[in-house]
Amino acid sequence: MLSRIWTAFLVLAWVGGICSGRTGEVSQAAAQGAGQAIKLLIEIIGLMMFWSGMMEVVSASGIGACITRLMRPLLRPLFGAAGKDTKSMELVSANVTANLLGLSNAATPLGLRAADRLYTVLGRTGSPHAVLMLIILNTTSIQLIPSTVAALRTGMGAQMPFDIMPAVWGASILSVAAALFTAHCLRPFYPETD
Amino acid sequence: MGAWMIPAMLAVIAVTGLVRGVDVFSCFLSGAKKGAQTAATIAPTLVGLLTAVYMLRASGVIDWLGAVMQPFFSILGIPAECAPLVLLKPISGGGGLALGTDIMQRAGVDSYAGRVAAVMLGASETSIYTISLYAGSLGLRSTRYAVPAALVGDLTAFVSAAFFVRLFFGNG
Repeated sequence: MLSRIWTAFLVLAWVGGICSGRTGEVSQAAAQGAGQAIKLLIEIIGLMMFWSGMMEVVSASGIGACITRLMRPLLRPLFGAAGKDTKSMELVSANVTANLLGLSNAATPLGLRAADRLYTVLGRTGSPHAVLMLIILNTTSIQLIPSTVAALRTGMGAQMPFDIMPAVWGASILSVAAALFTAHCLRPFYPETD
Repeated sequence: MGAWMIPAMLAVIAVTGLVRGVDVFSCFLSGAKKGAQTAATIAPTLVGLLTAVYMLRASGVIDWLGAVMQPFFSILGIPAECAPLVLLKPISGGGGLALGTDIMQRAGVDSYAGRVAAVMLGASETSIYTISLYAGSLGLRSTRYAVPAALVGDLTAFVSAAFFVRLFFGNG
């Protein structure tokens, strides 16, 4: 996917530069872009490390497990019959908690294991609703501390890098609700074929 | 949001860990090391994609794209600067990050468009990639309504990002 997008960017920049008569600026950008990317990375790496460290403390201190326990009853209704399988719901809640804490390194393997367990419980045929619900949950972002974005904002000299948090929470919650609601409404139009 | 929140969170997290008998600092160190690894893994992506985005910006294509889509996005309240991000983020996380960074730098990090771009990045995932990852790993033959539902979720995140920024910070 990225190969196509990246190639499209380079071709568009080349052709667009010719059309707008800005080939000079484009080749200047080509020369300076890499250095600017690294400058940006240096600005954000400290805060990324700091929050990644803090979130590790959150999960080691049992706060993570506590959130997982709170999540389980909230999540169970989304998964229908498969919600009764304790092992599935444990993995699903752990996946959602890791996403909440922004531990993406942990969230993806947990999510894939949760999906595999749900699929097995449901007989490994077709595309069951419960599996799709888990996938859809993972296509939305529910993050308590949007640390990468805050790090970017800090690097660019924002007055209060974290002041966007309530807006991020609001937008995240509405987006999760809209995705789950759409899935619910569309379900009758996509019957199981096998 | 109150300025007290972040310091309070940090203190509560550390105290809770300590009370529960966790070696909080060495735990912090191992997490911070993972953070450094993440940063190191995204470095090549950023170099490749940010250069391409800067070139695209310099060529005028991004401004043109924003202008073409402006009528549609202004109905939704999304600033024209952020329009390209709406198209790219569901497909590519790295590309979205690079484009969002460029928008924040151009429009100003504390400007309306700069804040909307930040909230869009924070409130959405790379949906199409995520669906193909899960479907591929399980061997699903059809993803049924997953793609439309995820895209409605993304669009909602983008529209409400603009809405909440207006609500909390005004239209500045």
